[in-house]
Amino acid sequence: MTLHVDIPEETLASILAKALRNRSFLIGLAITALVAAVAILSYVWTPYDVTRLVISDKTQSPSLAHWFGTDHFGRDILSMIMVGARNSIAVALVAVGIGMGVGVPLGAFAAARGGLIDEVLMRMNDLVFAFPALLSAIMITAIFGPGAINAIIAIGIFNIPVFARVARAGALAIWPREFILAARAAGKGSTLITIEHILPNIATLLLVQGTIQFALGILAEAGLSYVGLGAQPPMPSWGRMLFDAQTRMVVAPWMAIFPGMAIVVTVLGLNLLGDGIADILDPKSRRQR
Amino acid sequence: MSLLEIENLSLAIGDTPILKGVELSVAPGEVMGLVGESGSGKSMTALTVMQLLPFAARATGRVTFDGIDILAASEDQMCALRGDDIGMVFQEPMTALNPVKTIGEQVAEGIRWHTRSSRAEAEDRARKMLDRVGLPAALFPLSRYPHELSGGQRQRVVIAIACALKPKLLIADEPTTALDVVLQAQILDLLRDLVAENRMGLLLISHDLAVVTEMADRITILRHGEVMEAGDTARTLSEQLHPYTRQLAQASMHVPARPKTHAAGSAKPLLQVEGVTRDYPGRRMSLFKRATPVRAVDDVSLSIAPGQSVALVGRSGCGKSTLARMILALDRSTSGTIRFRGETITGKSETELKPARRDMQVVFQDPYGSFDPRQKVEKLVAEPLHVLDKKPAPAERREMVAHALHEVGLGPRDMDKYPHEFSGGQRQRLSIARAIITRPKLVVADEPVSALDVSIRAQILDLFAELNQKLGIAYLFITHDLTVARAITDEVLVMHDGRIVERGMTSEVLDHPQSEAAKALVAAAPDLHRAIARRLQEQG
Repeated sequence: MTLHVDIPEETLASILAKALRNRSFLIGLAITALVAAVAILSYVWTPYDVTRLVISDKTQSPSLAHWFGTDHFGRDILSMIMVGARNSIAVALVAVGIGMGVGVPLGAFAAARGGLIDEVLMRMNDLVFAFPALLSAIMITAIFGPGAINAIIAIGIFNIPVFARVARAGALAIWPREFILAARAAGKGSTLITIEHILPNIATLLLVQGTIQFALGILAEAGLSYVGLGAQPPMPSWGRMLFDAQTRMVVAPWMAIFPGMAIVVTVLGLNLLGDGIADILDPKSRRQR
Repeated sequence: MSLLEIENLSLAIGDTPILKGVELSVAPGEVMGLVGESGSGKSMTALTVMQLLPFAARATGRVTFDGIDILAASEDQMCALRGDDIGMVFQEPMTALNPVKTIGEQVAEGIRWHTRSSRAEAEDRARKMLDRVGLPAALFPLSRYPHELSGGQRQRVVIAIACALKPKLLIADEPTTALDVVLQAQILDLLRDLVAENRMGLLLISHDLAVVTEMADRITILRHGEVMEAGDTARTLSEQLHPYTRQLAQASMHVPARPKTHAAGSAKPLLQVEGVTRDYPGRRMSLFKRATPVRAVDDVSLSIAPGQSVALVGRSGCGKSTLARMILALDRSTSGTIRFRGETITGKSETELKPARRDMQVVFQDPYGSFDPRQKVEKLVAEPLHVLDKKPAPAERREMVAHALHEVGLGPRDMDKYPHEFSGGQRQRLSIARAIITRPKLVVADEPVSALDVSIRAQILDLFAELNQKLGIAYLFITHDLTVARAITDEVLVMHDGRIVERGMTSEVLDHPQSEAAKALVAAAPDLHRAIARRLQEQG
């Protein structure tokens, strides 16, 4: 007899129960939800209008009127962070979408076909992977002009090989299983098998990778707008707020601290969320927590 | 005095009771057989003796080994015992060895740790031990890695590790279940010799009554964590006083009723395999030389008549499964033709194969691995309906699935469950339901019962026999287990090293084997009748 320590089978309820006991998942989820809520709120309400410059109020330290202070044009930092969140999330989300949308089919196709096609696709992947992502994103935006759209495309392209690799590795582990053989014996082709059997079985893997890439996307967007290649003024973005704060660090440290905190907290939240999901769905970590 | 004494042992993991008042003892030089079906607590008993239980487990009762109270012993004391005075052999030789260490290191490791001897001394002893278990240093130097050895050879290494320090007690947990019958016989011989040589106690855990009967002096039968019956092997099994003992013994010898048998040649053959060969690319020895291919299947021809049940028997690695995959058009043949219902299926595209696929289905060995864990039964069983020209409407499809489930003894309510909600035997029924839903003419079954407990195995064999009678399905049974072949097939093909070396009526081949390969298989196959008779004879 094998050592059948019965791993409790997964149901939606049991996963939920485990999620509620997982600290990093809960904290991550709370932070992510907060950031998302703030971004949505910014569409209907912000404390101040971020496009109105009030020079008389410039570089005020945090107060009751301006919780996070004001910048060198007298704009309210809290309002800018709220609007900036929406920009960060949009860029990262669409970039992850591009990465998944192209990368996953590519990886799954490579795994299904194998042989030369697999080899060629994955080597092309390696080629894209070999470029430092941010540097190449700068190159792309430099050629096609700065702006949120180009930033999205640039970050998205570099998400493709990541998802392609994860999808291929996951799919390769599923392909030799007997239920795939059974599906083939039932006359199903590789496309249908991929859709029906492979993708549902690697979905959790992709979900975890998705949250990690989402966090990296936010960092990348901040990096691009820091060098002036992201969203253009007057649209506020966290990266550019940091850039503006750089020369005024000594006079108005809050101009750097709060956008910086926004980036750190968001990325931390997403990483915790990803960790948490991975823990919850990983059968091996099930007994420890 | 007994070497190992287990008294009133109860064990619970969390709130689930695993063992209830187990009594068991092993004397020096004695073989104690522990028999039971999966989930009966056999392995947990062994792990309790080794104190290798999962954290949440609580054991009560008394376990004494050589005067030491095991349940009260500290981890340090247990570390000194494990591998020195108590050795353990696990079921799966593929995973019981560390793949990145040489076999020499792995055998020497325990010796060095327990005896504090130098590396050279330890390696010397390791060499002697490996030689003893049949791996002479000339052919199997200490520097070999596990992946360079076959399953049977790996199990010898595991035994060498367990016996290197001449333990007083050896616990063997299903040591031969993962091996074919010929290897099984060799490993059992080895264990028997080691017991005799060192006056070692052996606790042999197995689900196979025949194996235990051949080996054990005394036997303990376990069910749901409770001892059903215990005593002298021959007497216990010949008298069969306890109903569960009788049930187990009958299940192991079960032969399904098959009033109609089919002889070949009467009708036009359903399947014809002619001169089929399959080469796999071999390992390249040099950059400039072409690799010599490995021939997995070598010029095989066979034919199956409609409704006929044919067994393909052979040792592991003889090419049985490769042949099966080629018949199912899941693998390409290097040369030769396969005709199904008169049409050639070799070299056809997937679309052209559709009509053939409808009449040809498959049942796999592992009832756990052959279902997508994320789909419900309805979808899984309906999968082969994909090959029909006219896809049934959802309501009609549900009806067909319900009908197929009914035929294998499951209910329509099972349709909305996930595979993990079923036991191993039920899953094998699902597997059969999936295979018969398109009303195929041929079902290829690759070791369909070898992963199942004896009583479940008997039920599944009955089901196969019943479907053969009722629906006239022809079977190709791939197995290394001759009792299965004997139970439900008309004809037997014996395969060895990619070739078919013998063929004929099942009873004829199994009773009077002609070829070496068939003789070896027959001689090695454990048989409960024979084993009991021999035991009784020995005792006079």
